[in-house]
Amino acid sequence: MELKHLLGIAELNRDEILTILEQAKRFREVLDRPIPIVPALRGKTIVNLFFEPSTRTVTSFTLAATRLSAQCLNFAAATSSGKKGESLLDTVQNIAAMRVDGVVVRHSCAGVPHFLARRVNCFVVNAGDGFHEHPSQALLDSFTLREHFGNLEGKRVLIVGDIAHSRVARSNILCLIKLGVKVAVCGPPTLLPADIADLGCEVFHRLDHILYEVDVVNMLRLQVERMSGNMIPSMREYRQFYGLTRERFSRLRSDVVIIHPGPVNWGVEMDYDVKDLPQTLILNQVKNGVAVRMAVLYLLAASRGLLKGEKDE
Amino acid sequence: MSKILFSGGSLIDPIRGTIKKADVLVVDGRIEMVRAKIKAPEAQKINCQDKVLAPGFIDLHCHLREPGEESKETIASGCRAAFASGFTQICPMPNTTPPIDSEALVRFEIQAAAMANGARIIPVGCCTKGRQGKELAELGGMAAAGARAISDDGDWVADSGLFRRILEYANTFDLLVISHCEVPELSGVADENIFATRLGLRPSPSVAEAIAVARDVLLAEFTRSRLHICHVSSGTTVDILRWAKRRGIKVTADTCPHYFTLTSQALKDFDTSYRVNPPLRSEADRRAIVKALVDGTIDAIATDHAPHTPEEKEREFENAAPGIIGFETAFSLGFEALVLKKKLSLMEYIARLTVMPAQILGIEPPTIAPEGEANLVVLDTEAKWQFTEDKILSQSKNTPFLGKVMRGRVVATLLGENLFFNP
Repeated sequence: MELKHLLGIAELNRDEILTILEQAKRFREVLDRPIPIVPALRGKTIVNLFFEPSTRTVTSFTLAATRLSAQCLNFAAATSSGKKGESLLDTVQNIAAMRVDGVVVRHSCAGVPHFLARRVNCFVVNAGDGFHEHPSQALLDSFTLREHFGNLEGKRVLIVGDIAHSRVARSNILCLIKLGVKVAVCGPPTLLPADIADLGCEVFHRLDHILYEVDVVNMLRLQVERMSGNMIPSMREYRQFYGLTRERFSRLRSDVVIIHPGPVNWGVEMDYDVKDLPQTLILNQVKNGVAVRMAVLYLLAASRGLLKGEKDE
Repeated sequence: MSKILFSGGSLIDPIRGTIKKADVLVVDGRIEMVRAKIKAPEAQKINCQDKVLAPGFIDLHCHLREPGEESKETIASGCRAAFASGFTQICPMPNTTPPIDSEALVRFEIQAAAMANGARIIPVGCCTKGRQGKELAELGGMAAAGARAISDDGDWVADSGLFRRILEYANTFDLLVISHCEVPELSGVADENIFATRLGLRPSPSVAEAIAVARDVLLAEFTRSRLHICHVSSGTTVDILRWAKRRGIKVTADTCPHYFTLTSQALKDFDTSYRVNPPLRSEADRRAIVKALVDGTIDAIATDHAPHTPEEKEREFENAAPGIIGFETAFSLGFEALVLKKKLSLMEYIARLTVMPAQILGIEPPTIAPEGEANLVVLDTEAKWQFTEDKILSQSKNTPFLGKVMRGRVVATLLGENLFFNP
C-alpha cells in the first residue's frame, strides 16, 4: 500500500481501508497480550501536534505509538488562531526542521493536515480538522462494527445529530459507503450541511421515521455552542426529538448496536440507561481505537520504508 | 517634442463603434492624427502590425492597500502594475488603514498616485465614518476633493435606514454609490454547496449576496438614486439585477474574471489562493455570470485586485485573507473566456473594460480621436504566454493563475506622455 499520509477517508479506496482494518486486527490481538508491545517503530519519533484540546484521541495515539515502540511526544502548539502567537506556518516549519518521522495533527480549521503534508517530509495523520474529517475515528468505528457483525455489506447505519459541524460524520459517511454500508443521516435541517445527500446517503429530519429500520445507530455529540447559534432551541427539545431516550431504546430491535465517538452528553443525545447495555459498543470503540491507530502509524511508516531498520537488528 | 507613431494596427473604438485599420500619431501626449497611413519619420515608431489599438481600460474595483498595508501594495506599485496591464484609470477601494473617509485622505491618495507614473486613480471614499457602518461620512468634502464614488467595500452597509440616507445624500454630490453585497450573518468562507460540505468549510450561500442586492436595489428605486453593485458572484443576484433593470431602477453591476472562469470545485485541496470574497460559486452560477455579461445585465468587468502578503495567505483556509491579484491577468482571462469562446466580440469585450465603466462612473468614455489626450492600449490577440511570477508588477503574488498559459496580451499602454511598452 502506497499511503503517504492519512489526511481523510476521501483519499482512501476500499482496499486501502480494508488493509488498515486487517492490520488493526493483528494489533488488536497484540493488545490482549500480557506485554502489549511490538518493536516495529523502535527508534522512530511521532509528534502529536494538537491545536485543539483533546484527551481521548491524543491518549489513544500516544498509546498506539508507544505500543509500537516509537517515541511519542506532544508539541505544545499555540491554541490561538488568527494573528496572535506563532503562525501555523512557523510551527510547521519548526516541526519539519526537527526531522521527526510522523506528525499527528488536530486543528479547529479544515485543511490544516493538508497544509502540513505539503510542507513537511514526514507522514501526517489527521486527528481531526475542523468540520472536515476525522479518519482514524471512522476507521475504528468500521473496525468495531466489523468485529461485531463480520461483513458490513448491506447493513444500515444511521448517523444522528449535528452532521453539519461533525468531522466524525463526514468521515464515517465516506468510510461506511466505501465498505458497502447503506448510510442514512438524521438531524434538524439546521444541523445538516448543504447537499449532504450527494455524498450518497439518505437524509431524514425526524428520528422516529428511520430509527427502527437500521442495524446501527451512530449518535453524535451535541456541542453546546450550537444553541447560541440558534440551531436548536434547547437541549430539552433536542433530546425530545433527536435523543436516544430510554423510551426509544426500548423500542429498538435487540440486535441493533449503538456507537458514539465520545464524550457523550448523557441526558442529551443519549439517556444514561443506555450506557452499560451490551448493545452499546462505546468502550469497544475506545479499545479498538488504539489498535486501529497502531495500524495507521505502522502502515504509513512501512510505505515510507521506515521499518527497514528492523531487519538489520 | 515627443512623437509616437502607432502604425499598422486595427483600431477598435467601442464608443464610435468603429473597427478599422489606422495609424495613430501622438504628439506630446495628445492624439495628433488618426489616418490610414501616416508618415512621421522622426517619431518613435511602435509597430502594431496584426495588433489591436483600443482605448485604455478602466478598473472599477481594486485595492492598493495604501495607507496602512504598504507591505502588500502601495499606490505607486499598484498604479504601475495596473498601467502595465492596460488600465489607465482605476478605482482604489477605500478600505485602507485608516479608511479613506475624509477630504484630506482623498487628496493624499490623488497626490500619491500623481507621483506613481502609472494609471490615474478615480478616488472612491467611504460611505460611513471610519467605514464603521454607523454614521454618514463627509461625502461632500470628499466629492470636492475629487472622489467620484463612495463605498464601504469589504462590508455591506447593514443598517437600512443609514443606507437610505447614504443614497439620498450622495445624489446631491453626484457620487456613485458602490455596494459590496453580503449579509454578514449568512456569510462563511465557501459557497454553500457539496464542495463546502465535503471540505467542512463554513458555508456562504449565494442568497447572502442576493438578499443584500435585493434590499439595495429597492432602496435605490425608492430614493431615485444610482447604485452600483460590485463583484457579482451568483446567478440569483443576476436574476434580481435583471428584474431591477427591467423595472427601470438605475442600477449597474460589475463582475470579476475569477467569477466567470473558476468555480468552488477549485477549493478541493484547501488552496488559499482561491479564497475570495464573495466566494467562488457553482458552475451554474459561473454560466449565469457569463450570460449576464453577454446580455448586459452585468455591465462591466472589474479586477477586484486584492494583494496580500504570503504570511496572510499561507495559513489555515478559514483564516487566510480573501483576495486575488487581478491586474496582470484581467485582459487575458476575459479574452479567453469571453472572446475566444465566442460569447462576446472583441469590441463588446473591450467596451466592458472601457466605455461601460466610464458610463457607470459618469466620466468621459475613453476614445482614440484627434485632439484628445492619448489614452490607449495595444493588444496582441494572437499572443500565447505563460503567467509566471516574474510577470507580476504588483508587490504581491497571490493568484491561483500562476503557471497558466494565457491568451492575448497587453503590449503597450499610453496615457498622455506616459508610455509602457513591452514588445
